[in-house]
Amino acid sequence: MAQEILRVEELKKYFLTSRGTVRAVDGVSFALEEKETLGLVGESGSGKSTTAYTVVGIYAPTAGRILFQGQDISRPVNKRPKALKRSIQIVFQDPGTSLNPRRTIGQILELPLKVHQIGTRRDRKHRVTELLQLVELPADYQHKAPHMLGGGERQMVAIARALATEPQLVILDEPTSALDVSIQAKIINMLLKFQQEMGLSYLFITHDLSLMRNVATRVAIMYLGKICELAPTKQFFHNPLHPYTQMLLSSIPVVSEDEEDLKPEKVVSRGEIPSPVNVPPGCRFHTRCLEVGAGCREREPEMVEVEPGHFVSCLKFSPAGAFQAASAGSEEVDT
Amino acid sequence: MTSPLLHIQGLHVEFKVYEGLLRVLNGVQMAVHQGERVGLVGEAGCGKTTTMKCVLRILPSPPGRITVGRITFHGQDILKMSTQHVQRVRGRGIAMIFQDPTAALNPVFTIGDQLMTVIKYGSRENLGRKEVRARAIAVLQEVQLPDPERILTNYPVQLSGGMRQRVCIAMALSTEPEVLIADEPTTSLDVTIQDQILRLLGELVEKRQTAVIFITHSLGVVREMADRVYVMYAGSIVESAPKEELFGNPLHPYTQGLMRAVPKLTGGGIAEGIPGRIPDYLNPPPGCRFQPRCPQAIEGCELSSPPLVQVRPGHEVACFLFRES
Repeated sequence: MAQEILRVEELKKYFLTSRGTVRAVDGVSFALEEKETLGLVGESGSGKSTTAYTVVGIYAPTAGRILFQGQDISRPVNKRPKALKRSIQIVFQDPGTSLNPRRTIGQILELPLKVHQIGTRRDRKHRVTELLQLVELPADYQHKAPHMLGGGERQMVAIARALATEPQLVILDEPTSALDVSIQAKIINMLLKFQQEMGLSYLFITHDLSLMRNVATRVAIMYLGKICELAPTKQFFHNPLHPYTQMLLSSIPVVSEDEEDLKPEKVVSRGEIPSPVNVPPGCRFHTRCLEVGAGCREREPEMVEVEPGHFVSCLKFSPAGAFQAASAGSEEVDT
Repeated sequence: MTSPLLHIQGLHVEFKVYEGLLRVLNGVQMAVHQGERVGLVGEAGCGKTTTMKCVLRILPSPPGRITVGRITFHGQDILKMSTQHVQRVRGRGIAMIFQDPTAALNPVFTIGDQLMTVIKYGSRENLGRKEVRARAIAVLQEVQLPDPERILTNYPVQLSGGMRQRVCIAMALSTEPEVLIADEPTTSLDVTIQDQILRLLGELVEKRQTAVIFITHSLGVVREMADRVYVMYAGSIVESAPKEELFGNPLHPYTQGLMRAVPKLTGGGIAEGIPGRIPDYLNPPPGCRFQPRCPQAIEGCELSSPPLVQVRPGHEVACFLFRES
């Protein structure tokens, strides 16, 4: 069994606003093993990015614990030791805004080295060239400004910057969703290569399930601040259990018949994700669920392990017949 | 076959910028027949939206300029029409749904103000205020928005992204156009909402027999929405075929590369993407514009640009690897 690098326990992050408390992340637990890729998938408003940001320390958690290699790091980044920050890095979604437009690529790549006092000035210059080489960009790019690069190239720079401090855990927040598929393919393959060579662990945030099928070791689906299903990739796609997962999978437009066959029988998607200010009582998904039972509106389901490593949070799978009791008042019974 | 409803022939567009001339469109060819569902796929910057702006004559000029080309609608050249005539074509003849519903709606007017203006000036008859309102409510119902009377009084910020896009669809269809241009209508939406919007759009155009040009960068969306697919690269159509033919037997090296690069739900890893990037329109590569990135380039590809030729019934490719059948 591989070593665990990150453990998140009952993580909560609330934001206080004039319109009420936004329960962006509302009790999320998962663990990430060394050298694995955990795909955290969800629609906008599901809390996937907030989870990621809390792990890197951009936000302080409201409740819950974050453990990195067994060490408690549940606090914002300015209260974390510097060595720790070196080990956890993030790549943001939009490389157009995550790179300082007034610095050259060389300066951008050198900054993390300076902050962590890695090497002498000459070493650092050398390392910048090395980093550019690593992401297959020409060395003279260090004199260019970010706006002179294409979107894909900028994202390569952002990745190189994240790797500059030789981290162990890299959080990828939709690193390719702003890019075209032909460029996405290149970046993803590069990320997978780095993972192999450097033994990196990835927490991969995305809304693209087809991408996760090809990249992740395990996939977790988030909905309205909670994880509703978590499973090893293969099981996840061949035996999706949560009604939301089934709805998501059947909504994906695909390009071949083989893929069409893999999708669960057409589940008609309906409704929209509710506001995280007014989280529905009971199961959060009951307002859109096609198999909703009476109990779903009152009882919040717990995570149940249905098969080894495959967790679902749905009353249908809860022990002690919770759903049978629930479905008594419903016309739609689980088949 | 009947003559196409909308026909784009040899469309060339240039943009004049400080650095020089950007030769963006390089002879676009496209035909849309009555009631046909056409998909236009291509990556960012390939000229999909520019082409459609020419169709509606909303290309900002300067800096843009149509140098050569013809766009006919019902046999009449849109590019030569008087301003009044074009205004009648917009809306009633050809309507458009934009990618970002937030930017397409004016934030300081209510949905009712905006929708009713479109109906009042866009409809063929002269409608009174009550009739306009009744029609607005009817179209909002048609796009399955709950409580349409309340929505008429709402401002765009009060609606979610999916609801805003439904409003835009209602607006575009309220004047019963013959051709609907949908420019990446679901790109900014989540996949479950995308599914709902695509289904709705499909049903509405089916019912009205409206011809649709579906612009997208997603091959999956095109496969669900179009009967015929045009693939665009760097300002020209490189391949066009009926949907089954294109997905079953893609011929152009660019189309093939694109298909490989799409992550599949069945797994199997991700193929290497297409090397390089979309060309610089200031100095486009000589000959075929895909030639510098093409894994199958042969001698002569850099000499002249390949014409779009029919290689199988209904399947056209612009590549020197294929000969006219």
